[in-house]
Amino acid sequence: MPFPVDAILFVFLLTMAVVIARRQELFSAAMLTGLFSLLSAGLFTLMDALDVAFTEAAVGAGFSTILLLGALTRTTGLEYQQRRPRTRPLMIVFSTGAALIYGTLDMPHFGDPAAAIHHHVTPDYLARTPVEIDVPNVVTAVLASYRGYDTLGETMVIFVGGVGVLLVLTGRWRWRRRVR
Amino acid sequence: MKQPRLLREEVILRVVSKALVPLILLFALYVQFHGDFGPGGGFQAGVIFAAGMILYGLIFGLANLQRVWPPRRVELGIGLGVMLYAGVGVATMVRGGRFLAYGALDPHHPVHGQHLGILLVELGVGITVASTLIAIFYALGRVPPEPRG
Repeated sequence: MPFPVDAILFVFLLTMAVVIARRQELFSAAMLTGLFSLLSAGLFTLMDALDVAFTEAAVGAGFSTILLLGALTRTTGLEYQQRRPRTRPLMIVFSTGAALIYGTLDMPHFGDPAAAIHHHVTPDYLARTPVEIDVPNVVTAVLASYRGYDTLGETMVIFVGGVGVLLVLTGRWRWRRRVR
Repeated sequence: MKQPRLLREEVILRVVSKALVPLILLFALYVQFHGDFGPGGGFQAGVIFAAGMILYGLIFGLANLQRVWPPRRVELGIGLGVMLYAGVGVATMVRGGRFLAYGALDPHHPVHGQHLGILLVELGVGITVASTLIAIFYALGRVPPEPRG
């Protein structure tokens, strides 16, 4: 039996989540979310999803932490204190979690060759890519060429999201002042 | 109480980040232009590139980073990437193909057209992603605007 690295990572991940939730200083909570993302990146690497792992390590562990710290400079360093534990939100969270776990019971096992996703359009892409596009990485061929429209849409989403965040953060409402 | 020190005065941070930043940028370019062969593509490359630049900005100061990437140019980059992507689609239509059907870029060798199209499109994604992240970092580094009455 191989060394269960993924099980250990999952235990760390769970511990990290509990620690973050119980933390009251927001600074250390922000730093720990960075570690949480780094652990997730490790898990993605174990699942051979290297591109997702890159993204998680750079965005989750790097950029999001900086975003959280930047947000912290504009607010207080301590979490808002609840007087007594509230049961209703806890029950909603637990039932949502239970529903999600119940949902995974029907899913095919990780790497199952009989899974539906391996039998729909995937064989077609795998067969056509060497002939039509001739790049070794089929993922790139699917994302950039076969599904080029989707990727253009995703880039637009980043564009619109970025412009929206910049407008909110820098408060450039010049057009509005001119109307007044 | 100890006087707070600037990050650039911390020797370990300065030396380590100075050694790491070029490697991070090189890795970003590798992920960008080697995406056809290995894992990754424009999105990952843009994110890694921005992370490298932001590390530089954190340690050596926003002013130094803005000498390399002026805020105005970064904001233009957000739109430029999308325009490059959509522009490839327009170019394929001008060449008589369908929108984003890269084969039309090189009518004699449609496969070469595909290679060129994928390269340009991924570059567009990378430019938009990197510019967006760096621009948000700049916006965060700014003093919060006074509330207007």
